[in-house]
Amino acid sequence: MLNIAILIAFALVAAAVALNFWRLLRGPSTLDRILALDTLYVNTIALLVLLGIHLSSAIYFEVALLIALVGFVGTVALCKYLLRGDIIE
Amino acid sequence: MNTTTWLEYLLSFLILSGAVFTFIGSLGLARLRDFYTRLHGPTKATTLGLGSLLIASALYFSTRSTGISLHEVLVTFFLFITAPVSAHLLAKAALHLKLPSLATTPEETSQTHKKTNAPSEESH
Amino acid sequence: MRRLLPHPLLTLALASLWLLLTNSIAPGQIVLGLVLGWGIPFLTRRICPEKVQIHKPLTLLHFIGVVLMDIVLANLTVARLILGRPQSLRPAFVVLPLTLTSDIAISLLANTITLTPGTLSALLSPDRKTLLIHALDVDDSDTLVATIKQRYERPLKEIFEAC
Repeated sequence: MLNIAILIAFALVAAAVALNFWRLLRGPSTLDRILALDTLYVNTIALLVLLGIHLSSAIYFEVALLIALVGFVGTVALCKYLLRGDIIE
Repeated sequence: MNTTTWLEYLLSFLILSGAVFTFIGSLGLARLRDFYTRLHGPTKATTLGLGSLLIASALYFSTRSTGISLHEVLVTFFLFITAPVSAHLLAKAALHLKLPSLATTPEETSQTHKKTNAPSEESH
Repeated sequence: MRRLLPHPLLTLALASLWLLLTNSIAPGQIVLGLVLGWGIPFLTRRICPEKVQIHKPLTLLHFIGVVLMDIVLANLTVARLILGRPQSLRPAFVVLPLTLTSDIAISLLANTITLTPGTLSALLSPDRKTLLIHALDVDDSDTLVATIKQRYERPLKEIFEAC
């Protein structure tokens, strides 16, 4: 029961990642690509959490936390760059 | 024995709904027609989608191993704080760059433009 | 007392953050968490932002409950809109006049607006008087502004800015 649910969830999240990649390649503006990257890291966290449940191992949690931290900082830095033309003022 | 099956149903439900919401969020990103509406899908759907996945993970590890495992709450909490902030920044950058929108942007954007166009040689 | 413990709430929050991060409630970790929770605000008190005061803790709890419910509703609404025909969406920019003045209340309101049904806070005007909101599907912008003011702004004003 749980295994089937996890497999379906894997498929759905993988499809979501594929859609993100499509938006990332297609654009049309730079911000669309940044948004696609932002969604991509969130979906990566989802994949890692699913993998953690699937393998019954808690070691993926730290990876998920780190991706959440670094991904947020990355999005903010890219937005800052587009807003000001500079990251650290 | 009865509680285990009940728990399994709950976990499956949480995992499936989480995955469905994550998928719908990305579908919105791919499907909607202008940047501002695209922004709605990922920020909302991913918070609930990932939220329920992380709750499922916390439940799973709490019942599986010896002690309760709550550190997934940390990721959930962090995402709930950061998702609106990055969405706000993206929207602000989009207004600054004057991206085309289906809705009419108010004239207020031109005012803030003066304030934010501090030294920017290469703002695109 | 004031100088030794500048932010009691921040201390508690940092301590619980530490306990969540280490994922244990061993006595040693609690002590370490409290030391960190005391030390970090103490060492950074010069660069710390303004002090936050919560006037009505019960209203805050009620507000959190309302927001959590609305997040679930928001997701169902947005999911329905995304799965529907994209051509039938009526996106619009709405200007929300602010009566809040403190930083924390404004940022919490902006975050709440982003997380709740079909709306997204886009821009805070430089004089901090209005907030520009992008909404995914609008029937009537006046009703939307009234709902946000009544549902989120009023409790936030009660919580962080004593009337």
